[in-house]
Amino acid sequence: MIVYVYDGGFQGLLTAIFEAFARKQDVVKLTGESRFEPGFFDTSVRVRTESAKAERVWLGLQKKIGVEGQQRFYKAFLSEQAEVLQHLFKYAQYVFRNPDGYAENYGNDDVLAMAQAAQKVHREKHRMEAFVRFKKHQNGLFMATIYPDFNVLPLICQHFKDRYADQPWVIYDERRDYGIYYNGSTICEVVLASKPRALTEQDVMETGLDSHELLYTTLWKDYFQSTNITERKNKKLHLQHVPKRYWRYLTEKMA
Amino acid sequence: MEERIQEKLKILADAAKYDVSCTSSGSNRKNDGKGIGDTGSGICHTYTEDGRCVSLLKILLTNYCIYDCAFCVSRSSNDIKRAAFTVEEVVSLTMNFYRRNYIEGLFLSSGIFRDADYTMERMLRIVKKLRLEENFHGYIHLKTIPGASEDMVTEAGLYADRMSINLEMPTEVGLKLLAPDKSHTEVKRELGVIRAKTVQFDDERKLIKSTPRFVPAGQSTQMVIGATAETDRDIMQTADQYYKAFSLKRVYYSGYIPISTDNRMPIIGTPPPLIRENRLYQTDWLIRLYGFDVQEILNETHQHLDLDVDPKLSWALRNFHLFPIDINTAEYRLILRVPGIGIRSAQKIVAARRFGKLRIDQVKKIGISYNKAQYFIRCVDTPFQLNERDEQTVKQLILRTSQSKYLKNQFQQLSLF
Repeated sequence: MIVYVYDGGFQGLLTAIFEAFARKQDVVKLTGESRFEPGFFDTSVRVRTESAKAERVWLGLQKKIGVEGQQRFYKAFLSEQAEVLQHLFKYAQYVFRNPDGYAENYGNDDVLAMAQAAQKVHREKHRMEAFVRFKKHQNGLFMATIYPDFNVLPLICQHFKDRYADQPWVIYDERRDYGIYYNGSTICEVVLASKPRALTEQDVMETGLDSHELLYTTLWKDYFQSTNITERKNKKLHLQHVPKRYWRYLTEKMA
Repeated sequence: MEERIQEKLKILADAAKYDVSCTSSGSNRKNDGKGIGDTGSGICHTYTEDGRCVSLLKILLTNYCIYDCAFCVSRSSNDIKRAAFTVEEVVSLTMNFYRRNYIEGLFLSSGIFRDADYTMERMLRIVKKLRLEENFHGYIHLKTIPGASEDMVTEAGLYADRMSINLEMPTEVGLKLLAPDKSHTEVKRELGVIRAKTVQFDDERKLIKSTPRFVPAGQSTQMVIGATAETDRDIMQTADQYYKAFSLKRVYYSGYIPISTDNRMPIIGTPPPLIRENRLYQTDWLIRLYGFDVQEILNETHQHLDLDVDPKLSWALRNFHLFPIDINTAEYRLILRVPGIGIRSAQKIVAARRFGKLRIDQVKKIGISYNKAQYFIRCVDTPFQLNERDEQTVKQLILRTSQSKYLKNQFQQLSLF
């Protein structure tokens, strides 16, 4: 088996697709550098990421599957799952090899896997648009930490920029240890020196939160209780919509 | 002061929670770049323990009310704590919740104090302050106060994304029984005012592009289910009429939760009719999105929806002679009618079959509920069934393998003889 080892980035993936095409190597296993373990019977090829090659593949994809298709492809990539990346690789080969329109053949494993992975990531993106909880700090900065299943910060930044155009904010992905910061006009990526934690009541006393922050936290928790109809209690549905792994980051679910 | 606002919020959120609507989609208000907020596809920010979504800050301006509607928790004869927000308090709560990404916007309703216009005028002041002073572009759902003047309602429509007024009971008879002061005629009048204005604004926009949007997310209404004796057919016929006459975006069905000892209604402690409510919503979906006519599902011989199976399956079993259909050749609208196949799956099937005949494993992967659908479809590799099953057998087979929460230990034992 031929194994392509690439840097794990999006451009790297596109370059790998380019190389496979150029070398006419159809059956290829794709591995990120960090996960690479040489196998006895494998021939490994190091893919050196080249933006020019990646660009050509990206434009080629656009011609085949349109801008919407590209977006889905990118979303699926952000799932960061090895098997999805393998499907993406084969998906690209499949659409390049076939006439236009085959990107809609959901009877094909790779086409379906791409669509389903993109949908999963899209759901997590949507969930994070819902589950971000800002806390206002004394300096006026609105700060939130999240721990999403997939790498969705690149997908949500535009939403938050459009919506909270008049306030500075930070959304920090604890799992991947980076965040996005909006200063009132532009967005940039940040890595914090001291890592933030999901804030507990105790932290509130210690950190530099705005003097009204505790009031609104309380009001929100109260509201969350008051708007519930106890006669209709449905814990299963509640957990389905708000899985426990997100609770640490949700103001209304904190103790 | 802080304690007072805390208490008010508790009272006025509690009183507003029986309004079901929490939609925050369907509008397209954009941030102008320096303001705050926008609307789009709608976001449910959290879910309460009853499994309902929290999208908007849903509150009453006040729960003081001059009316005494038997089904309403805020009725004037009810001995409960009363409170009223000031305009500033509602604005400040909305803005501070919104800035923390708790909510998509505001859902504002109110008890009627003094008279309709007096109440409506307060509500109008709140929306205007949000839009004009706070530069707020988030979602606003405003309840129309029955009896408010046309001018006031029209002005509110320029600032709200959605407006609604509740039918309360599915029929005029039911409403008169429990709320003699209210009438469907008044509801129709107000829905009609907004509908006419929407059409007028849309027409003007065709000529003058800068014409403002009027209630861009449309109108909705709500009916209480199970407080009075209406059949499911009554309910869905009413819904269907209102959808058609007023181009409503949604009709909501709210299972009655007993809150009163009034002997005209179910007694306190009666569990809310959750399954029935769920079946009504499913029917609503079939009518709005799946191309069903209400008559096909509910008619003279079928006045009530089945509780043990969903309305689509129920319809399919009653029309068993129309099946099985061939997934590889049937029209899209017929595939939509197969139990266990939703809109997305139907679209994928129609897209995929152009590239080759579909097999069972493929349609399973596409995401249909094969457990249900298998008795109604044929794929290219579906084996021939020698002795044809009848609809009763199929129903029992589906129920036995179903995991529906409603069906635990409920399916009927097959009779041996």
